[in-house]
Amino acid sequence: MSGGRRFLVLLAAVALLAATGTLAVLHAAGQARGARADGPPVRAGTVTLGAQPDGPRLVFRSMTWGPDRDELASVPLRHPDDTRTAASAPTCLRFHAAAGTGICLQAVYGLVQDGYRAVVLDAALHEVRHYDLAGIPTRARVSPSGHLVAWTVFLSGDSYAGGSFSTRTSVLDTRTWTLQENLEDDAVTLDGAPYRSPDVNVWGVTFADDERFYATVATGGRTYLAAGDVTRRTLTTVHGNVECPSLSPDGTRIAYKKRVPGLPDDAPWRLYVLDLRTMAESATAEQRDVDDQALWLDGRTLAYALPGDDGTDVWSVPADGSGAPALLVHAALAPAVVR
Amino acid sequence: MYLADSRHTPVSDTAPAPRPGRPARIATTVLALGTVSLVTDVSSEMVTAVLPLYLVTVMAVSPLGFGVLDGVYNGATVVIRLLGGLLADRPGGHDAHGHGTDGHGRHKAVAAAGYGLSALCKPALLLARTTPVLGLVLAVDRAGKGLRTAPRDALISLSAPPERRARAFGVHRAMDTVGALAGPLLAFLILRAAPGGYHAVFTVSACVAALGVLVLVLCVPARPGGMVGGVLPLPAGRPVARLLRLPGLRRVCLCAALLGLATLSDSFVYLFAQRRLGLPAGWFPLLPLGTAAVYLLLAVPLGAAGDRYGRRRVFVLGHLALLSGYALLLLRPAGGLPVAAVVLTLHGLFYAATDGMLAAATAAVVPASRQGAGLALVSTGQAAGRFGCSLTVGVLWARWGDGAALAAMTAALAGAVAVAAYVLRPGPARGKEAA
Repeated sequence: MSGGRRFLVLLAAVALLAATGTLAVLHAAGQARGARADGPPVRAGTVTLGAQPDGPRLVFRSMTWGPDRDELASVPLRHPDDTRTAASAPTCLRFHAAAGTGICLQAVYGLVQDGYRAVVLDAALHEVRHYDLAGIPTRARVSPSGHLVAWTVFLSGDSYAGGSFSTRTSVLDTRTWTLQENLEDDAVTLDGAPYRSPDVNVWGVTFADDERFYATVATGGRTYLAAGDVTRRTLTTVHGNVECPSLSPDGTRIAYKKRVPGLPDDAPWRLYVLDLRTMAESATAEQRDVDDQALWLDGRTLAYALPGDDGTDVWSVPADGSGAPALLVHAALAPAVVR
Repeated sequence: MYLADSRHTPVSDTAPAPRPGRPARIATTVLALGTVSLVTDVSSEMVTAVLPLYLVTVMAVSPLGFGVLDGVYNGATVVIRLLGGLLADRPGGHDAHGHGTDGHGRHKAVAAAGYGLSALCKPALLLARTTPVLGLVLAVDRAGKGLRTAPRDALISLSAPPERRARAFGVHRAMDTVGALAGPLLAFLILRAAPGGYHAVFTVSACVAALGVLVLVLCVPARPGGMVGGVLPLPAGRPVARLLRLPGLRRVCLCAALLGLATLSDSFVYLFAQRRLGLPAGWFPLLPLGTAAVYLLLAVPLGAAGDRYGRRRVFVLGHLALLSGYALLLLRPAGGLPVAAVVLTLHGLFYAATDGMLAAATAAVVPASRQGAGLALVSTGQAAGRFGCSLTVGVLWARWGDGAALAAMTAALAGAVAVAAYVLRPGPARGKEAA
């Protein structure tokens, strides 16, 4: 091919590829602006984390494409198909709330790179205080009293053998604004003996009260359920093969992701419940791979996210292994029950 | 490194004589390959930059799920890199009339296959809705990268006159880094224009990758401009074994592996900087940008300096810069940002002074017909060393804490640099200086 011909081919290709790319971006921008016609019904309004005189509501991150994406939306817990109410601010990637305190892990769009921060919200969704985060948000929890807040972020750079991952979990006391930035600094007791290793990762805190919590501790390629103490700064393993624990409202059971042998490496988890009194494990009726920290809607029912058309949908299943999974809310993630 | 450039090969007949006092022109093939790498890096880095975000915030994959995805297929790249080098060196089909040993291998074809494979993976990302499929796409993408690296470096070394090679590699690496910096920027601009528009990012990435392949096919000649590596007689035997019988390559390979064993992975450097200097958490993602910016600024001047004042000298100086960086992290004369800035500058300087230099030194001790395999061998040795280093540091850290791990690596690096400086020394037996 002559130089001139080559140049023409290159020029034509650049024009074609540039047009394709531009169209893709414009299409996506249009999708982000306009609401989808077939999406769940939404109206703008007030979302509150305070007392709900009309019965408990489910507050969650809206995943619908369009202007409401990443906003906090709420539906009545008993009628999750009702028109959802979406608050225009803040936008959150992860969210949880209890007793009038909310935690919203959000992206802060920067010029070169996005940053993330954890925002503590009051009952009217106003920011009380915020903290910069070192990585992508993945888990958030508020203690039942609303006093303690925990979050986990995902650090891709924090690795030990290259190309791996690491997490960082922090606990914040909103009464004193004391921040324990990294739970990995806590004293770990593994299978009854003191343990130290740089590959210890902690994620997925679930609070019992303002003192005790549970979380996943991972080291040496294994995961454990650890009981933690906020004041003494200890983590003590109590059970193996537990990820993303979620404590039942009465404090007797843990819903969690269990790595079940025989499942494929990239979809290894099933939703299980551990009875802390007998240490007996039982499977739920959900047969799909669950990669979420489940939420107890009440003493009997679990809610969790699964991949869906808009990213994720929230499903529910009885905690005792009976029944069948049911779709709870379309295009939603990170739910919390507000009573 | 002075090594053997001028031992048997005076300046090649076809090379333009370097004009003293004025820098010679950079070969168009090197610029074309630099453009291919720049464009391809824009494409791949825009995906790399948003992938964790996409997986964790859109597909709601947990960190562990991501780690599994990322880790499952890691080992294969090393094998594929060697394979790419060996394949590329085999004489091409149209070139079978006794020209098999003059550098006319299938470098371009193998490189194009590698770039093409990765380019095909970008639209495939749009279709991958489940994690297993996504993992497979990422593995194929990585295989393409493994395949193309050695033949591309071989093309660069075959396009540049031996006495300008380090600068040629510097030019290529600088262009590559521009792409690596621009990619994430483009991705986040798209996400700004279209919040949540990850599919638009993947589509644009696919278009950019296609452009890279096209530039390679149209603008890079299959037989670069008549430059040759060392015309050393090649010992008989199997390809890799034969290469390892070349004393020059053996020395370079040994040094690459040895220094690799004392070279902390980037993740570790940033982690040490973050923890030991007490940097605020929000700074963590910005640390790699500091290294990249310094690398970008210094790759060309240091490459030219290597050609002029001796590659060994610059190579050793680069490692001394890294050693100073370790020492700063170890001794912590002060905390915070100023020290971190100095450490990152030294880290970028280290890359600029050593990465292209190692490739140029390898090219100089390997016959033209084995450039691909020779380059693949040295980079594999280096990668193996660095992997060993990561494992060692992990163990040391677990046992004795991060200070002890860092102290051990500082001592190891000092030792390795001394050995490398000795092994690579110029001497009467090793030919005269190539500067």
